Amino acid sequence: MKSKVFISCDEATAICDKNQYGESSVLEKIKLNMHFIKCKFCKMYTKHNTYLTRMLGIYSKNAHCGKENCFTDKEKSELQNEVEKKIAL
Amino acid sequence: MPEPEVLHTLSPNKWVSAYSDYLYNYTISRVSNSEIAKDLVQETFFAGLKSMKNFQGKASERTWLVSILKRKIIDHYRKINSTKGKAEVRMNFYNDGENEGDWLEERVPNTWSEDADKHIENEELKVTLEDCIENLPEKYGMVFKMKTIQGFETEEICKELDITASNLWVIIHRARTQLRRCMEDNWFNK
Repeated sequence: MKSKVFISCDEATAICDKNQYGESSVLEKIKLNMHFIKCKFCKMYTKHNTYLTRMLGIYSKNAHCGKENCFTDKEKSELQNEVEKKIAL
Repeated sequence: MPEPEVLHTLSPNKWVSAYSDYLYNYTISRVSNSEIAKDLVQETFFAGLKSMKNFQGKASERTWLVSILKRKIIDHYRKINSTKGKAEVRMNFYNDGENEGDWLEERVPNTWSEDADKHIENEELKVTLEDCIENLPEKYGMVFKMKTIQGFETEEICKELDITASNLWVIIHRARTQLRRCMEDNWFNK
């Protein structure tokens, strides 16, 4: 397997994405950091991506049945009627 | 020696009141839209009624309903997936010539305002983020949510959705790129 020191932006962002889920290797992280020396875009991409991960962490703690998007009481009783109709068949 | 086994029973009359919220929450993290989630839950109840005679009582009622729901979600996902080829390629980068693997000029990330950190717990920000997630193409949204919000293992998602790990990462990359751009347009540079 060839292992080059300098990677492309394509590879760098792929490592960055994996890293958001703690799934990149130590070697990959080193390569990513070396890539930052010559590429400010990937550095920015990584910064944003990390920020996005933090936002999503906060969001996912709250991602449950909210008041608007769940079944309403009306929808539930309609569904209940449908189910009862089918049971009676 | 006889096995002392407690068998579970089904009471379909109580399904809606007991499980509709639970099943909805399970579904909404995997599909991107509330109407679709409700439809899938409804279909699950109907399918459950049809196959009640196959219920052996070994699993709990809820587990059994979830297993039906899982099939429904996967079928739904396959429907979306079949319209487009399964192989995904990364689109933000040059793929030939001397620039291969570099950012395409028009896709380069923009700067975000420096005080972004202050607002991270902001309620409006959450709404914007939620909208941006809802606006992801359904297929990306689903994989992205399973991975990010539900915290499924890569392997598990690949198995459940019949995609390769590299496809998964391409989808994640696209979802993240789109989400980043959406947040840029609707929040950071508004």
